[in-house]
Amino acid sequence: MKLNVNGKSHEVDVEDDMPLLWVLRDELGITGVKYGCGIAQCGACTVHVDGVAVRSCQLAAGDVDGDVTTIEGLGSPDALHAVQEAWVEHQVAQCGYCQSGQIMQAASFLDLNAEPTDDQIDQAMSGNLCRCGTYPRIRAAVKTAATKLQGA
Amino acid sequence: MGRLKTIARRSFLIGSAAILGGVAFGTYLVKRDPDNPLNATANAGDAVFNPWVKINADGITLITPHTDIGQGAASMQAMLIAEELDVELNQITTTPGVPAGAYYNTALAGETVPFRSNDDSFAAEAMRSTMGAVMKVLGAQVTGGSTSVPDSFDKLRMAGAVARETLKAAAAEETGFDVGELKTEAAAVILPDGARVEYTTLAARAAGLEPVTDVVLRDPSQWRLIGKQVERLDVVAKSTGTQTFGIDLKLDGMVHASVRMNPRKGAALQGFDATAAQGMRGVSQIIGLPYGVAVIADNTWRAFRALDEIEYDWARAPYPAEQDTHWAEVAASFTADRLDKEWRHDGDVDAALEGADVVEAEYRAPYVAHQPLEPLSAMALVTADRVDIWVAHQIPGFVEQRVAKRLGMETEQIFLHNQYAGGSFGHRLEFDNVDVVVDVAREVMGTPVKLTFSREEDFAQDYPRQIGMGRGRGAHADGKVTVLDLDIATVSSTRSQSGRLGAPVPGPDTQIAAGAWNIRYAVPDMRVRAYAVPELAPTSSWRSVGASSAGFFAESFLDELIHAAGADPMEERLRLTNDPDARAVLEAVAEMSNWGSPLGPRQGRGVALVTSFGVPTAEVVQVTDTDAGIKIDRVWIAAEVGRVVDPVTFENVVAGGVIWGLGHAMNSEITYSDGRAEQDNYHLAEGMRMHQCPIIEVRGLENNPAIRGVGGPPVPPAAPALANAIFAVRGKRLREMPFFHTVDFV
Repeated sequence: MKLNVNGKSHEVDVEDDMPLLWVLRDELGITGVKYGCGIAQCGACTVHVDGVAVRSCQLAAGDVDGDVTTIEGLGSPDALHAVQEAWVEHQVAQCGYCQSGQIMQAASFLDLNAEPTDDQIDQAMSGNLCRCGTYPRIRAAVKTAATKLQGA
Repeated sequence: MGRLKTIARRSFLIGSAAILGGVAFGTYLVKRDPDNPLNATANAGDAVFNPWVKINADGITLITPHTDIGQGAASMQAMLIAEELDVELNQITTTPGVPAGAYYNTALAGETVPFRSNDDSFAAEAMRSTMGAVMKVLGAQVTGGSTSVPDSFDKLRMAGAVARETLKAAAAEETGFDVGELKTEAAAVILPDGARVEYTTLAARAAGLEPVTDVVLRDPSQWRLIGKQVERLDVVAKSTGTQTFGIDLKLDGMVHASVRMNPRKGAALQGFDATAAQGMRGVSQIIGLPYGVAVIADNTWRAFRALDEIEYDWARAPYPAEQDTHWAEVAASFTADRLDKEWRHDGDVDAALEGADVVEAEYRAPYVAHQPLEPLSAMALVTADRVDIWVAHQIPGFVEQRVAKRLGMETEQIFLHNQYAGGSFGHRLEFDNVDVVVDVAREVMGTPVKLTFSREEDFAQDYPRQIGMGRGRGAHADGKVTVLDLDIATVSSTRSQSGRLGAPVPGPDTQIAAGAWNIRYAVPDMRVRAYAVPELAPTSSWRSVGASSAGFFAESFLDELIHAAGADPMEERLRLTNDPDARAVLEAVAEMSNWGSPLGPRQGRGVALVTSFGVPTAEVVQVTDTDAGIKIDRVWIAAEVGRVVDPVTFENVVAGGVIWGLGHAMNSEITYSDGRAEQDNYHLAEGMRMHQCPIIEVRGLENNPAIRGVGGPPVPPAAPALANAIFAVRGKRLREMPFFHTVDFV
């Protein structure tokens, strides 16, 4: 089947029911997207399909019906996305393992809600688990990112 | 500041060595003092040089042997070296280096001896230095026990200073200037005329010089990096998906593997039927092992799926199958024959309680899983004469020894490549992933194997936090707490863990009553006794270890006594405090929280003070009792750490510790049924999510000269401070974690 990932087209030969997560990680070698729980409880595997955040551990490869963007496609160390800039400024990460998913979730959320309230941020981000407890910095970074995106 | 000579007295030496095109500065293992019987077991090769600083024409590399498990250890270690070396953090690269005895952790010993960390008596110091020597001989390069900063603080600055002064000597030799006329800045020696001579060009000459070891560490007023807002080295990588964790590694020709081990931990696999898994797409090998089955496939998901199709015949658990029996065993352990140690007895508790109006209460702390977000994984390549293993581990040297033993090889043939870890919290002190990857990789010699545990497997194989109970008896008079008698019974996570390591720790387990017996209060009649429950389910070190349970018992029960006495929880604690550091952290959180100021309707505050890993830590929690349940509004925390080395990471890690402590106290436990952990994924044990996260205000105090780490200390006061706050608003005591069994949270 054909998958469009980060602006590049890939032909992959996988079972229809292989989760997109494992197509990305083990077939295409794109490892910014993380395996955390496999049951949509942690959000570490969050990617965008046509700009909307989805849990790639729950999306079967055969059901992917749009362009896939992973954290690598959002921005890079030399060309950070506004959300990533905010994450760097606030030095959010501890172990960093959940942060790809947090950033992808935040980017999609801010795309839908440019001026979120604190409660809306909490609600939108509560599906993404951080075991190190970086939540206070994630909150601050989401607000900074919202400001950056509005100014852009 | 300490001269190198002072450090050298602790058998710590810095030397230099030539490397290809340059120089390395670092340390030698144990000074071989023949009069010291502890050195009898040291091997001839122990005086091996291991570097912290390597400079050649290619650049400057700093070795950061403490494993980065998310606590920012790599940045912190680099910062300490760079401070004295005079390099900027964007001029260096870091590597964890190879495991070596020379990187032994001298600070951890302070936590394994049965003396209070603020006890500097001769006996305490003597015991600590003895344990330090034992650690050296064992070559225990350990990341744990909140010791990375204390272990590194002098050594790494000294390594940087020796390197700097030796490079200056090389520059003096090369240019003819007097050393006294030379300065250093941004990886170069600055000549009197302002010209720069880069370290990289001086490295080869420096290698031929005797290292300059008569150096004095800089006064804190001169620091450029320590205590300043510095960007973590890994923050860009961790914001762009470009940080490689162990689970992300790729090697040419690599295969993927996963495993299903007996969920009754430690028990055998009696048989299995893999008929349904054979021939599944991508599955190349199904390997029966004494403890389970591994599948090799061309994709991790295919390996997971094949494991689901196999039928297993598991042996029974070597511990009670049902949770009730575990609790019954704990409850039956408050007996003379299970007394591990009476840690403290001030006054005469039995006499004081006689005829008094005795307050009694019993508390419980359950098993809790570690479950960092990166599942256990490891990669190995086994060949006839060499094994490479890539894994994030907190005791890397032990990994090499263990693999060598498992394969009948020499430790020198095993090469561990330590990785950044996606969290640990004590999880990566164990070896299941190491054992399994080696067992699988030896079946396909010459082929790299990447092993990934499913989340469910990771939960099943987790060695949880100790289970335990606390029983308090106490009394009060004239509005004051007068008697505090606390008995604590837990399984010994220290013995469970050190037994698996094959290095049993002698004497009583310091952790059973940690955070309780060393409580910094002067209650006139006070006793703390620790009882060791015989091993039940195997347990391990969980962020803050013993104090996570004992601190909850002690500070909850003290709060009960204070309320019974009719006193204010903060004022009575301040009155009872006999220690300036403890007083200072209490006063700090009282001020930060504006303790005593009027609260809104249905609001309450609670306070707790626990000392763990030598860090007195006070927390105030403020809650609102809403129609939807208890909401944690705010937390204020103050900790005495001697010196805040990296303020950004300090604030982040301390706030994270509060969240860890609160989230697990509220929401998480492991219970056993049919010998298996009943919780198999995050929906059943998730800690805290963002919507429950309070606003947290952090303050680090720097009154005490002893430098301390903060991985563990923020955790223990969180649970009792929350329980005490809920009591303040509802009048209901929470004596059993997790609290969700008795109250609803928003």
